Amino acid sequence: MIPLSHYLLVSAILFCIGTTGVFLRRNVITILLSIEIMLNAVNLSFVAFGRQMGTVDGQIIVFFVMTVAAAEAAVGLALVIGLFRHRESLNPDAFTSLKW
Amino acid sequence: MNRALVLIPLFPLLGFLVNVSFGRRLSKVVSGGLASAAMVASCAVAAMAVWQLSGMPVASRAIEQTVYTWISSGDLLIDLTLRVDPLSAVMILVITGIGALIHIYSTAYMHDENDSEFARYFSYLNLFAAFMLVLVLGASFPVMFVGWEGVGLCSYLLIGFWYKKKSATDAGKKAFIVNRIGDYAFILGMLLLFAQFGTLDFQQLATSISGLSPEVGAVGVLSLASLLLFVGATGKSAQIPLHVWLPDAMEGPTPVSALIHAATMVTAGVYMIGRNAVLFSHAPEALAVVAVVGALTALMAGTIGLVQNDIKRVLAYSTVSQLGYMFLAMGVGAFGAGIFHLYTHAFFKALLFLGSGAVIHALHGQQDIRHMGGLKRDLPVTYWTFLIGALAIAGVPFLSGFFSKDEILYETFHQGHVLLWVVGALTSLLTAVYMFRLVFLTFHGERAVAPAEASEETSAHHASSHEGSHSTTHLHDAPPAMAFALIVLALGSILAGYVGVPHALGGHNQLATWLAPSFEAPGAAIGAGAGAVVGEAAAGAEALELTLMAVSSLIALAGIGLAAFVWLKRRAIAQAMADAYPGLHRLLLNKYYVDELYDTAIVQPIRIGSQEALWRRFDVGVIDAAVNGTGSVVAAGADVLRRLQTGSVRAYAGSMFVGVVVVLGYYLWR
Repeated sequence: MIPLSHYLLVSAILFCIGTTGVFLRRNVITILLSIEIMLNAVNLSFVAFGRQMGTVDGQIIVFFVMTVAAAEAAVGLALVIGLFRHRESLNPDAFTSLKW
Repeated sequence: MNRALVLIPLFPLLGFLVNVSFGRRLSKVVSGGLASAAMVASCAVAAMAVWQLSGMPVASRAIEQTVYTWISSGDLLIDLTLRVDPLSAVMILVITGIGALIHIYSTAYMHDENDSEFARYFSYLNLFAAFMLVLVLGASFPVMFVGWEGVGLCSYLLIGFWYKKKSATDAGKKAFIVNRIGDYAFILGMLLLFAQFGTLDFQQLATSISGLSPEVGAVGVLSLASLLLFVGATGKSAQIPLHVWLPDAMEGPTPVSALIHAATMVTAGVYMIGRNAVLFSHAPEALAVVAVVGALTALMAGTIGLVQNDIKRVLAYSTVSQLGYMFLAMGVGAFGAGIFHLYTHAFFKALLFLGSGAVIHALHGQQDIRHMGGLKRDLPVTYWTFLIGALAIAGVPFLSGFFSKDEILYETFHQGHVLLWVVGALTSLLTAVYMFRLVFLTFHGERAVAPAEASEETSAHHASSHEGSHSTTHLHDAPPAMAFALIVLALGSILAGYVGVPHALGGHNQLATWLAPSFEAPGAAIGAGAGAVVGEAAAGAEALELTLMAVSSLIALAGIGLAAFVWLKRRAIAQAMADAYPGLHRLLLNKYYVDELYDTAIVQPIRIGSQEALWRRFDVGVIDAAVNGTGSVVAAGADVLRRLQTGSVRAYAGSMFVGVVVVLGYYLWR
């Protein structure tokens, strides 16, 4: 039996990878993918905790998170398409006119 | 009658409400007729009340009606109570009677105004009468004060009636503001009395005060309260130092001047002192101030009246002067004589003003007596009635003014104030001179038309018989409504004095006997005691009184003679006198520079202080600066803080991340 701490460690590593991706990548689509990694890291810890507690609550929350993530991906990709049409670029540093 | 008392002020008030709400849709006949009818009805009720009053026993002559409880707060309980006693009986008859005549006269005088202006005029006139009636009927200070303030408001409205004329609105504001100064003192006096005696009802006050000993040689609460109330009276009744508004009040329509000067408003101060006779007679020092101020005002206004050239202004100064007489009478303790003069003065002053109004009406607005003259032929009714008024005010024997003025002078002399008597007698001479100067310049001699007016009349009347002489341009004498009022008032000016024929002339001075209970505390030995005193004094000093009477009659006739000599025979003398004493002439012509003094000492400092310190410094420098400062601090702060809004998604994500880390860190490691 794999102890809980291993799952949590993997989850933390995945979350850090996702965060780093969000900050370091220069492509909006990659950033969206990194956000998905962060969400799934959290999902993993939910499921792990659920198993540890012997309940299904963690798995139910994960379903919700997956639903929201799907919606977020849809909206996010639509925005990306809109942005690309506008600026011919996927670099987030190109979209800085909404300020001051 | 106990229930009907409220009708006396209610009729004119209803007239006001109707005219002010629907006036512009009513024709002149309806709105003017309604207003006059309201006054006549009010007069009828007043007459019934007085009739009932005269049937009551002397000791308890008072009709009271409590309309409702007005203010009830802790110990303070003020009912809206109306009370008719002998003093207010005289007042309500004067106000409603003469007021009604002035209303009737106005229907003709104001006929050139359009319908809505005409209705507005009559609504104010009715409101004026209603407030004045509340003033004299009020049984306590607060009720009186409602009327007191109300007449102030109405005087403002009526003096500034022709609001398109700047001088008229200025005069209205001046009347209002000057009155406000007096009213402030009046309120203080009222509050002082309440603090001291815990009541504001006139009868209760009189009862409490009559238990105290008079403040001789000391200034205590009674003297202070009397003086404060007297300051209020100087404002309303145009005495020094607050007399400045009355001559300017001539900017209003002429019947308004008649109403203000004869029936309402200026008599309020005299009435108020008479109403508080018990208080004032317990403060002899204050009473002395009243007498001196009255005498000085009488003299000062009389001298100014001598040189003024505006027909209404001469009459205005004559009112100030006659009011000075009344205050002189009040000040020497002759309250009955003061009210007697108030009553006779109401007749002849209303007559004189309405007469001058008829002259102005006939001459299409000309008010300068230098441009009049010779009107005797064209305006016979006006001339004869005006002459009667002038004779009455001058104090010619056996007209109304003679009796009342002589009673005042006699009482002054009798009480030992010889100096004040001399001032009074001198004023009486001045009165005769300036009144007959007015009569002779206006009605006698040749008409001296102002150049501008002459050319205008020539063009206007060139079709009619115009043969070079001014007198052929036909002038209209007073129309019927005006003539009616003039004739009734002329009869009044002749006969009004006969209710107060002194004992020395074989009369009984009924008016003094009638009024006496009002000047005593209720429950004191009234009537009999006062009557005995009057009788005794008359018996002891009959010779003195007759002598004084002869002297003042001679003075009056001498004044008329002097005026006749100067302004009928040798008009050059007047000019020569003016040239011989140019300084004095200028001083009088400019009304002793009182207006200028007030302007320099009070108005300009306030104006400059307001403009420089309050406006430029405080308002602009502090208040506006605080408002603008708040705005610019926010703008400057926002200018710095908005740099955080970079527009870079990565920066937002970073700050979110840092925020989450900080919040979580706080909860994990606290």
